[in-house]
Amino acid sequence: MNLHYLRRKLVNYVALGISLLSAVFGIVFLCWILKDVLVLGLPALNTSFFTELPAPPGMEGGGVANAIVGTIMITVIATVVGVPAGILAGTYLSEFGRKSRVASAVRFLSDILVSAPSIVVGIFVYALLVGPMGGFSLLAGSLALAIIMLPVVIRTSEEMLKLVPDSTREAALALGAPQWRVTVQVVYRGALRGMVTGVMLAVARVSGETAPLLFTSFNNTFWNFSLTEPTASLTVTIFNYAMAPYEEWHSIAWGAALLITAMLLVVTLLARFFARGRSTG
Amino acid sequence: MSDKMTEKMEVKGLNFYYGTKQALKDINLAVQEGEITALIGPSGCGKTTFLRCLNRMHDLYPGNRYEGEILLEGKNILRKGIDLIKLRSRIGMVFQKPTPFPMSISDNIAFGLKLKGIRNRGEIEGRVETALKDSALFDEVKDRLNTPALSLSGGQQQRLCIARAVAVEPDVILMDEPCSALDPVATVKIEDLMSELKSNYTVVIVTHNMQQAARVSEYTGFFMLGEVMEFDRTKRIFTNPKNKMTEDYITGRFG
Repeated sequence: MNLHYLRRKLVNYVALGISLLSAVFGIVFLCWILKDVLVLGLPALNTSFFTELPAPPGMEGGGVANAIVGTIMITVIATVVGVPAGILAGTYLSEFGRKSRVASAVRFLSDILVSAPSIVVGIFVYALLVGPMGGFSLLAGSLALAIIMLPVVIRTSEEMLKLVPDSTREAALALGAPQWRVTVQVVYRGALRGMVTGVMLAVARVSGETAPLLFTSFNNTFWNFSLTEPTASLTVTIFNYAMAPYEEWHSIAWGAALLITAMLLVVTLLARFFARGRSTG
Repeated sequence: MSDKMTEKMEVKGLNFYYGTKQALKDINLAVQEGEITALIGPSGCGKTTFLRCLNRMHDLYPGNRYEGEILLEGKNILRKGIDLIKLRSRIGMVFQKPTPFPMSISDNIAFGLKLKGIRNRGEIEGRVETALKDSALFDEVKDRLNTPALSLSGGQQQRLCIARAVAVEPDVILMDEPCSALDPVATVKIEDLMSELKSNYTVVIVTHNMQQAARVSEYTGFFMLGEVMEFDRTKRIFTNPKNKMTEDYITGRFG
């Protein structure tokens, strides 16, 4: 009897210990990454990092101001293109297509697109835009990110819209509301917070992408505000600087890594903030 | 039935099918203007299905089919090409569970008013207040008209839904077990409200609660297995039913 009890207690502790270790194993790497990025990145952050253009190899100073602005521009344009399309497609799936064949086809394809390697999307946009346009461009980079964003936004907005109960739709229709008003004025209102959260997570996800930008927006050592010219981005800058043989460049790459991590953190925190408001809304 | 009454709605030989399954068989009854008509019967007998025929709610889902006629002031609402949006603005509905919209209390009512084309803010505010007063909710919510409707209690939410349905001044109001999710206090409030509504509106109510049917309604229809077993004045149904089944049901011998 007593032995049996001891054995149960032992098994309990072992299981508890293993699961705790696994949790720690996961967290450790995250903390390690954050620590390295902080320790190695912080020294690179100074005024010229934020305000100056990249310096030629071997020269002191220089910054990544153009890459910061580039990343923001690429992400904003990608959001402007990808989010409305994604939300409208999600609306179709949840409000109009429902169980129709077209809707299941769209659902299936967007599930495939979610898991498509981002580099494949980059090559696709290269063939679609970069080739015909005769060069890398801000527009191509944005389009690649918009395509990566699209399925995430489609599925999250569909899920969020589905959370609004059918009885609410029926109640609005029973008042004599046309379908579009039900969708825009009632259903969207119910799903707003969830959809904002979904969009922000999608933005966070694409703004850290490197591979699709290598073939599309490429890089630029100067300022660019034209849609049709190559554009610097933080992620591609990290990629290039980290592989270069210059000590100062490595340091700047760490700084850029710290900056992009902080930017993602802010977006994710904002998303969590909106998600938390959901229950009270 | 009385002669001076006018028939608001008349149902003639209505059959209804969910796909191939027949849910309603040859329904014939008349809804009198300015009266409350109650529909009673065991679960799954077709009361709610019938109610949802009256504003053609079934059209929202594919595969449903009607046969026969439902006349609203003499015009068949099952005819082809009828404007369902217009029809539903004339025949309001209150559901079993409260269905407040995810917006503020006053916006819930303003939503319907805006559908009617009322744009003037002053008029909307005035009519929101009237609707809330009519549904005996105003004193409870007057200080928080801009708070979310979902923060109200269940009974308050249901009265808000009634206020919302009434505010657009429909000809007929359909109520699908409006008190089944509410406590007795809230139920009394809603029953009082129904009696008030009677003076201006025609009401059709589905209920599982026989006392409720007896208390509020003038006419009662007893449904079973998709058929109307008996339809008559409520008094007669509850005191001297013609059909043995009706008697068994209202005396609680089955169902």
